[in-house]
Amino acid sequence: MTASDDDGTTPRTWRKPPFIANPLLRYGLLAVLVIYLVWAFGSLPFNWERISQGLPRAARIFGGGFPPSFERFDLLLTGFKESLQIAVLATLLGVLLSIPFAVMAARNVAPLPVYLLGRAVIIISRSFHPVIVAILFVAAVGFGPLAGILTLTLYSIGFVGKLLAEEIEEIDWGQVEAMKATGAGYFAVLVYAVFPQILPRQVGLSMYQLDSNLRASAVVGIVGAGGIGSTLMNAFGRYDYAFAFAILLVIIAVILVSEGVSGWVRKKIW
Amino acid sequence: MVDQADALADRVWKRYDRKEQLIRYGVMLLTLMLVVWAVKDIDIFWPWVWDAPNQISSLGGRMWPPDPGRLGEIVNAMIETVHIATLSTMLTIFIALPVSYIAAQNTTPNRACLWLGRFILVSSRSVNTIIWALLFVAIFGPGVLAGILAIMCRSVGFIGKLMGEAIEEIDRRPVEAMEATGASKLKVIAYAVVPQVMPAFFAIVILRWDINIRESTVLGLVGAGGIGVILQGSIDTFAWRTVATILIAIVTLVLIGEAITGLLRRKVI
Amino acid sequence: MLEISNLIKRYGHDEPVLQGLDLVVEDNSVVAIVGASGAGKSTMLRCINRLVEPTSGSIRLNGMELVSLRGSTLRKARRKIGMVFQGFNLIDRLTVMENVLAGRLGYVSLFQAITRRYPPQDIERAFTLMERVGIAQYSNKRADELSGGERQRVGVVRALMQEPEVLLADEPTASLDPRTSEQIMMLLQSLASELSLPVLINIHNVAQAKTYTERIVGLRHGKMIFDGAPADFNKEALDAIYGGIEAPDDEIIAEPAQAAKKNAKKKEVTDDRL
Repeated sequence: MTASDDDGTTPRTWRKPPFIANPLLRYGLLAVLVIYLVWAFGSLPFNWERISQGLPRAARIFGGGFPPSFERFDLLLTGFKESLQIAVLATLLGVLLSIPFAVMAARNVAPLPVYLLGRAVIIISRSFHPVIVAILFVAAVGFGPLAGILTLTLYSIGFVGKLLAEEIEEIDWGQVEAMKATGAGYFAVLVYAVFPQILPRQVGLSMYQLDSNLRASAVVGIVGAGGIGSTLMNAFGRYDYAFAFAILLVIIAVILVSEGVSGWVRKKIW
Repeated sequence: MVDQADALADRVWKRYDRKEQLIRYGVMLLTLMLVVWAVKDIDIFWPWVWDAPNQISSLGGRMWPPDPGRLGEIVNAMIETVHIATLSTMLTIFIALPVSYIAAQNTTPNRACLWLGRFILVSSRSVNTIIWALLFVAIFGPGVLAGILAIMCRSVGFIGKLMGEAIEEIDRRPVEAMEATGASKLKVIAYAVVPQVMPAFFAIVILRWDINIRESTVLGLVGAGGIGVILQGSIDTFAWRTVATILIAIVTLVLIGEAITGLLRRKVI
Repeated sequence: MLEISNLIKRYGHDEPVLQGLDLVVEDNSVVAIVGASGAGKSTMLRCINRLVEPTSGSIRLNGMELVSLRGSTLRKARRKIGMVFQGFNLIDRLTVMENVLAGRLGYVSLFQAITRRYPPQDIERAFTLMERVGIAQYSNKRADELSGGERQRVGVVRALMQEPEVLLADEPTASLDPRTSEQIMMLLQSLASELSLPVLINIHNVAQAKTYTERIVGLRHGKMIFDGAPADFNKEALDAIYGGIEAPDDEIIAEPAQAAKKNAKKKEVTDDRL
């Protein structure tokens, strides 16, 4: 900002202070960005020949897939039913198991070694995409819904457990102290002072997780862990795009309904 | 004076009243029925369930110790995975922002646009990244393009929905003030909307990048590029110890990703 | 000069919020508009720059009819109408300078607006005005780092940057402490004469209205029931406007003892029932 002359002929100037004050840093970051883009796009392998065949292929796929075919509806129904079962059981197990793990992973109620173990379990449960976990369980226990249930249980423990642990860490400590002052033992304190503060949200979380698991169960089936995902993979494999499209529509419809119901229920209990 | 006995008789402490009791029992019964049905009807060979812990630990044993043989290839594939996640997230921004604008009730030009925007976002969010990947592999063949497009299609819904909510939650008063100066719609957005949603924008994009890193690791399992390709290959050939190395690499990548996003969040927001 | 004739605003089929208002405001005059909440003060002001759509009637600014304008002609007309808001309505995350320059949005191109490259005359004018009101030292501070009074001054400068032909102030001092309120009112009063503008100020504080303006207009249920000099605004006029609805600020301040007695009486009644 330059000061004006006495006779006011030179108007003062002003420029917006830049987001990043240090010009070296600013232009440096910009340069890094450009270099990165060039490098990334350059090093990625694009099979242009195959890609150029894409549009006619897409036309064939969408042409073949439309209108969706519900001929094998019974197969669809079986697949979806299995997904629902996987989701229900995995949510139940996962939510129940997440409570002890959450208690273990909360710094304020668990001693250090237990805390570290609890945290580790939760972090590992979250680091792997459910699909990877599903593949491993399929390799261990075979194709079918058992692998799916094990996968989504772990997934639920990771998700619900983390949220619960954070909630436990944020509880009103005064209530715990009050319970301790009455001479209650560790678990009584847990039940009377900690749980009442975290359980109301638990129902909402469970509904949310049921919804998540229902979506995920559609996907883990793609690698053989049961449910409608397997049905979808089979359809794709047989180039039966019309059936695949029908399955997709059902998946979307189920997700939308599930999200709607879960949202409604959570609003009611709020 | 009120009769003491009568008064005491009324003072029973019930945690829930009649109606609430009924609802609670009803819901618990329903849930129980659902669970029982699921357990009985599911297509599981129960003997295998009891054997599961045994099987799992046996698999674990076959994965130990991890084999660093193909580490060079693995690292390259990890870099490819990061590229897929980063480039897709960047490209998604250009699509998600206009969609979020028309899907927000206070900025959408008309109802038709609102429904169009919402439809795009819902479709994007309802179809899992892997399913998008299957579709694009069928169209464009195996490779990173399918992966990038799949991540983009899924991210549009995520970023678009959250940005739309951020737009709907802005303080309307600066908007009113800008309109009062005679500014056109675009200028009003540039001055009254954009500065208010900037923090949310950065938080959302950083979060989605983090999620996309995770998603990109599995794209290869259906052929859409990245580390998943090598992972699928190793599993198919029962090279469990290489699989273990890959898993460790993935965890490392996720942890690095979390560290970077934590750093970015502190610096930028 | 601002001329409002037979202004009516009705929402749906309810009672009209504004029932045929007529008002003429000359240049270089400050008019205070008083009335209880819901009397229509805010609605009337917002009808002028069409933030609220009038149902019928006419509003002319220096001869130009405002009610029928659309699109870009409406935007051009809005440039000529400066507005100061009760909540300041600043863009909190932007700097004071950007907030002030936003007053020129109706005049610059989209590119200039987005890149913040305003013409040098605008920048010079911004600095001059900010110095006039005493906030030039904050030009690169974020708007939300300023105090209430300072923020309102930013709002005033933003309105003035538009080179307006009329200045509207919607309860500009309602969110400020008494001393800062006085400063703002003094500022508006002096700006009216310096820039020869008609200024309309919605205000609750009758005492300040009497002190800083030269004409008071009283609204009640959308009708104008008083239009005269502050000296003529006596207790009768006050009751006619506020009577039976709510007490304006200065009545409560003037008689705290009475109010305490009233409250004490109320308490007794409830205690008895127990």
